[in-house]
Amino acid sequence: MNAPTYNFAYLDEQTKRMIRRAILKAIAIPGYQVPFASREMPMPYGWGTGGVQVTAAILGPKDVLKVIDQGSDDTTNAISIRKFFAKTAGVETTTSTDAATVIQTRHRIPEAPLRAGQVLVYQVPIPEPLRFLEPRETETRRMHALAEYGLMHVKLYEDIARFGHIATSYAYPVKVNARYVMDPSPTPKFDNPKMDNCPALQLFGAGREKRIYAIPPYTPVVSLDFEDHPFTRYKFDAPCALCGAEESYLDEIVTDDKGSRMFVCSDTDYCEGRQAAGHRGVESAAPHKEAANG
Amino acid sequence: MVEVTGASDQPLLVAEGLTKSYGRLAACRDVSFVLYPGEVLAIVGESGSGKSTLLQMLSAQLAPSGGRVSYRMRDGVLRDLAELGEAERRFLFRTDWGYVHQDPAQGLRMAVSAGANVGERLMAVGWNNYGRIRQTASSWLERVEIDVARIDDAPRTYSGGMRQRLQIARNLVTEPRLVFMDEPTGGLDVSVQARLLDLMRSLVNELGLAAIVVTHDLAVARLLSHRVMVMKEGRVIETGLTDQVLDDPREPYTQLLVSSILPA
Amino acid sequence: MYVAVMGGERAIENAHRLLAHERRGDRSVPELSLSQISEQLGLAVDRVMSEGALYDRELAALAIKQARGDLIEAIFLVRAFRATLPRFGATEPVDTGAMRVQRRISSTFKDIPGGQVLGPTFDYTHRLLDPGLAEGGNPAAPALAATSDVPMPRVTDILRQDGLIEPSPVAEEDAPVGDLTRDPLSFPAGRDLRLQNLARGDEGFLLALGYSTQRGYGRNHPFAGEIRFGEVEVEFFAEEIGFAVPLGSIELTECQMVNQFKGSATEPPCFTRGYGLAFGQSERKTMSMALVDRALRARELGEDVVAPAQDEEFVMSHSDNVQATGFVEHLKLPHYVDFQSELGLLRKLRREFADANAAPEMKEAAE
Repeated sequence: MNAPTYNFAYLDEQTKRMIRRAILKAIAIPGYQVPFASREMPMPYGWGTGGVQVTAAILGPKDVLKVIDQGSDDTTNAISIRKFFAKTAGVETTTSTDAATVIQTRHRIPEAPLRAGQVLVYQVPIPEPLRFLEPRETETRRMHALAEYGLMHVKLYEDIARFGHIATSYAYPVKVNARYVMDPSPTPKFDNPKMDNCPALQLFGAGREKRIYAIPPYTPVVSLDFEDHPFTRYKFDAPCALCGAEESYLDEIVTDDKGSRMFVCSDTDYCEGRQAAGHRGVESAAPHKEAANG
Repeated sequence: MVEVTGASDQPLLVAEGLTKSYGRLAACRDVSFVLYPGEVLAIVGESGSGKSTLLQMLSAQLAPSGGRVSYRMRDGVLRDLAELGEAERRFLFRTDWGYVHQDPAQGLRMAVSAGANVGERLMAVGWNNYGRIRQTASSWLERVEIDVARIDDAPRTYSGGMRQRLQIARNLVTEPRLVFMDEPTGGLDVSVQARLLDLMRSLVNELGLAAIVVTHDLAVARLLSHRVMVMKEGRVIETGLTDQVLDDPREPYTQLLVSSILPA
Repeated sequence: MYVAVMGGERAIENAHRLLAHERRGDRSVPELSLSQISEQLGLAVDRVMSEGALYDRELAALAIKQARGDLIEAIFLVRAFRATLPRFGATEPVDTGAMRVQRRISSTFKDIPGGQVLGPTFDYTHRLLDPGLAEGGNPAAPALAATSDVPMPRVTDILRQDGLIEPSPVAEEDAPVGDLTRDPLSFPAGRDLRLQNLARGDEGFLLALGYSTQRGYGRNHPFAGEIRFGEVEVEFFAEEIGFAVPLGSIELTECQMVNQFKGSATEPPCFTRGYGLAFGQSERKTMSMALVDRALRARELGEDVVAPAQDEEFVMSHSDNVQATGFVEHLKLPHYVDFQSELGLLRKLRREFADANAAPEMKEAAE
């Protein structure tokens, strides 16, 4: 039998070179979606294959890897991807944002500020910000090429006309380096300001759609809006019930069958770090800390 | 008959020897003319006479097999349309040109509010103030006699005549210098047509627009245009001042058209 | 909780252990061997090889076993393995005209050089469940005839001699063949890439699309010119020694549809081709593929593009079942961060709605 053997970080070196070339091009043209020959990965499309390929292509033996999903290191998909690289690359893994050199994420940007030298790898399901306004790839590529973004503003206009404000709460479109309109992946718009002028390199991988794009360090990233209806960050009414943080993105947790709720940090590393430093919220023993049955 | 207003010495658009053939079939042959700013030209003929093919070539949507179209850009330079890049061509289309389709569904976003339909071209050229965009859209709705209270309704809730008026507002909001119209009153009731023609005539006058109107309806030509070109089998067979051609046609074919003997 | 905040790692391990247990099933029942799957579920193996895009019966059988018989999951396993294989080069084009035919039929001619060869087929069987098969046992030995040396030219080659059908496209000398696994797809795509995409495409998807063309959504008047199944040699041109060396033989099914074409201003009327090819015996797949291939040529042949099967972007973007199953199933992943922001927004909108409706007079006064 053709018994499988695998290279460091799974992908063969030819494939990694191809992906690195796409990444370099993406960095050279901030916000532009570079087509790349995405491979089948041993996890399904839509479960992070784009991010995994980018991570596999940039990972070196001395890297320290952190993987989060929904802000947490311990959600099932984050565990699965972290284990994949621990097994295929043997790199050190961590849950600490600060200790990591490469952070792969789905749906969140860590609360702790990123620093120069770190790489944040986003998993992207639909890279095309214009996709739901214009389904044709041939047409959207032309719109990007000609910087025809009137249609995007039509959508924002419609929101304001209907609701009085822009009603897009996640995957909120941004303009990168004053040129390309980009989908930040389905992160909550709360995280959008973190992308602007960020010291870390931000890479975006969409496996099924075969696109890589990037925000180089210290690049201006502006959330689309109108002068008289500026972008606003989502603000929670209450602080985190565990660590008392007032400036973090919170998950709503239903605590019993009577509809009781508590709000806790979505970024578990951030929350635990604050608790370890002595910060307290109104609750301390919470479902957050219980082992669950999966 | 409309007075020629704002005409200038320099032509706005020049067509030279325009020809389009499909295999041995020539849909349009050797059409040449000059259009001046503020001038309205009607192209009339039966269906199949080549007038729609001609309009598509004039508006750079179809590449001619022979001949060329030149347009005087806002900087005053006369440019061959075939030599414009796609970005320049598309920019022309959303700023200096308008295109009114016979079927408003082709020219409007049917599921998007009237305000956004009118505002889209403004946003495409960088307007970034919601209040100003909405204000401008409102004043255009007024100008085309649409109740401003309907600004947040999508055109699919509009009547045929309203849709066509909305399409006109969407085109004129960037104050283009040239508007192409393809059977703009086709498919509308006669009374609705009359109101629309009246509106178009006053807008063209007020704005000093140049327009090229393709129509099979000689009443449209008479009401809107200064000059008429009659087409038959891909060729221009007669051209002249509208009143002159329609009141005193020289060609037997035009005489038939005018006496409404030929089905349009 | 389905997403454990802590303890997820052990939960995953336990879930996978349970999966392995369920895969094995009742341990008093003998375990399936790969050769049993390969020999007795051969058409499933053929499909997994085709859509997995890897000709290896043993690995395909392993994938089917590991996937508990879920063929899309098996295809996925094979694809993920295939993606890691180094690429040495491309083989010479196989010559299906020289196929050692086990089955070959044409619906366009009653008799053809080499004759109609039915071979192993479900066609003409009565679809009655056979209780005898439940018992097992040995079927009668097949009837055999001496192999014939009569050549079996492809039916489309016969039509071509009279110029009644368009020529097969000839590859440009030295032009590289497109490879959609190595280069990202862009539209419009060449026919080589379209055919690769369809060859890997989901059988059910192509069947439905092919069927839709027959029902009028992009009708192209097909005839099954020929379907043939058998073995062909695979050769590889080795640079070092300067000639092609045989690598072995593989089983293929090929379908050539013959379709009407009315002609254009520059072309006289003639028949056109739709092409289907798959590993193993995969007739439904190759016939569907040929119908869709022909439908996708609408633009090239100057036909109106009006139906889904003629829409290249639509077909090629949705034909791959590994992509499709991944993205559909990813809805199982947690989405509570985006859901949270939607919850927040929805509450805000509802609050604003309630406020607006609570004070209608004031609103009017303000206007």
